[in-house]
Amino acid sequence: MTTTAKKRERGQPWVYVVLAGGLVVLVGPFVWMLLGSVKPDAEIRRVPPTWLPEAPTLDNYRHLFTELDFPAFFLNSVLVAGAVTVGNLVFCSMLGYALAKLEFPGRRVVFALVLGMLMVPGMVTFVPLFMLVSRLGLVDSYAGLILPWLASPFGVFLMRQFMTGLPDDLIQAARVDGAGELRIFARVVLPLCGPALATLGILTFLSSWNNFLWPLVVAQSEDRYTLPVALALYAIGENNTRYGLLMAGSVAVIVPVLLVFVALQRHFVQGIATTGLK
Amino acid sequence: MASAPARRAAPTGGARPGPRGSRWPGLTRPGPRGSTGGRPGRRGVTRRQRVAGWGLALPFLLIFTVFMAGPVLASAAMSFTDLRSADLRNPLAVDPVGVDNYVRLLGDETLRRAAANTAWFVLLGVPLTMVLGLAAAVALDAGISRFRRFFRVGYYLPVVTSIVAVAVVWRFLLEPDSGLVNTLLARLGVDGPAWLSDTRTALPSLVVMAAWRNMGFLMVVFLAGLQAIPGELHEAAAIDGCGAWARFRHVTLPLLRPTLLFGGVVTGIGYLQFFEEPFVMTGGGPLDSTLSVAFYIYQQFGFGNYGYAAAIAYVLFVAVVGLTAAQFRLMRSKT
Repeated sequence: MTTTAKKRERGQPWVYVVLAGGLVVLVGPFVWMLLGSVKPDAEIRRVPPTWLPEAPTLDNYRHLFTELDFPAFFLNSVLVAGAVTVGNLVFCSMLGYALAKLEFPGRRVVFALVLGMLMVPGMVTFVPLFMLVSRLGLVDSYAGLILPWLASPFGVFLMRQFMTGLPDDLIQAARVDGAGELRIFARVVLPLCGPALATLGILTFLSSWNNFLWPLVVAQSEDRYTLPVALALYAIGENNTRYGLLMAGSVAVIVPVLLVFVALQRHFVQGIATTGLK
Repeated sequence: MASAPARRAAPTGGARPGPRGSRWPGLTRPGPRGSTGGRPGRRGVTRRQRVAGWGLALPFLLIFTVFMAGPVLASAAMSFTDLRSADLRNPLAVDPVGVDNYVRLLGDETLRRAAANTAWFVLLGVPLTMVLGLAAAVALDAGISRFRRFFRVGYYLPVVTSIVAVAVVWRFLLEPDSGLVNTLLARLGVDGPAWLSDTRTALPSLVVMAAWRNMGFLMVVFLAGLQAIPGELHEAAAIDGCGAWARFRHVTLPLLRPTLLFGGVVTGIGYLQFFEEPFVMTGGGPLDSTLSVAFYIYQQFGFGNYGYAAAIAYVLFVAVVGLTAAQFRLMRSKT
């Protein structure tokens, strides 16, 4: 970190200008979306486009509630993403610990299977998975939306990489003190895994929240739609001229994940640094 | 990444007797020796570990078997049959057809088109995303002293955004008449094309959109790699009279090589499977100009050609494995 201190002395102004330019390109579309969500449709369509709304209105957001069952979509998204996140935190850390610190027959095979699964494209499993879920009678159910994603090879890999770095002496000491293996896992190891759990939690929540192909196929009635599904069907469907409504819906999809990300981004970046790169 | 293990070891305070020499202990050698907690102890301890190990593995393995490995195998089996959606109620009507599906895909013109589009998407998209991500990471790491977190969050915003929301706003931006992009071009006196409905510009538009969406992820990855490079190296190079560019070229880039490869492969694997962008933006059109392999598989599923779709999916799988293997070869050859 010594040079960063040195480099800090001359933060050249032009770097700020370039970065700010990049920021405009990356964030500008979102600002435009936010502004668009408080414009009436006619103004959004105007040529040339206006930046600031002439007469800001919350009608688009009101319509989310009056014309769509927005609260239900929102709750579905929270429920599915929440359950998937909890499942991943529990199951992936369990296997991650076993792979990192316990000697059991078949360990190498299990780890190789996990790594192999990382490379399987989603399209390979897509249809057999759907056939399975429909045979189990889980189409259009929360179980069908949640169960297949309760654990992920990526999560196991991430937790295993992190836990491998924990000192063995700590675990050995707990064993000498007579703690059982499960107790060591729950009381000694897990409390040390905060950054990795935070990273896995954020990544899982984000990808589950944003996932839309699977819920698009499995959720067939409106009371199982998640937010992206509702928005996608709405954007693609016949209502796709209701621009203001689409903008407001997009804002509603983004804001929750944005809040989660901003609140936890410190852990997240740290987590990528410690685990993603190993 | 070279010093990532060192970075990691510091806070936990644990030097472990494991394979510290290899950069990717897990990947190069599954199940590294000596990384388990147990010094050779009493037999009871090992049995306890065995039971606990399997006990902890079991829930995951159950989910893995039912929802991951099972479907992978089922897909493999399907690819050697003429399974169609109509056969689901009458499994006896399904016949094994050997490698017919694989032979058929060799002569499939549309698939060839999709493969070419996918190759372009990877070849253009990966370098573009990496250059943008690296530039942002270097600027944040060395170029500025304030607002770092602010920029980082802003640059990461597109990564955490639902593709559906991205599509809503990008379709507006790229509208031929009223879109922001063409409005700005018109102010410069340029007559912008109908980006998404012109066969020449549709795919490049999606490439740019993907780079816009994913550069934030690579920025964070590269930033972590940059911060692991010891500052003394830069100081020594500076004392030897190296300018900023020479230091970047001869100190930063070589040390960042493993990180760059990691980022390149992760991005490449993702782009090989690109599906969501055309799904929400163009529907694969115009005239299949944005049809990707993954999208074509999805279409074949939609048509009910399950066996054929599974065969194409396996070819894509092989491509992903090939890309990953190439990466490890590259890494091993120089690290």
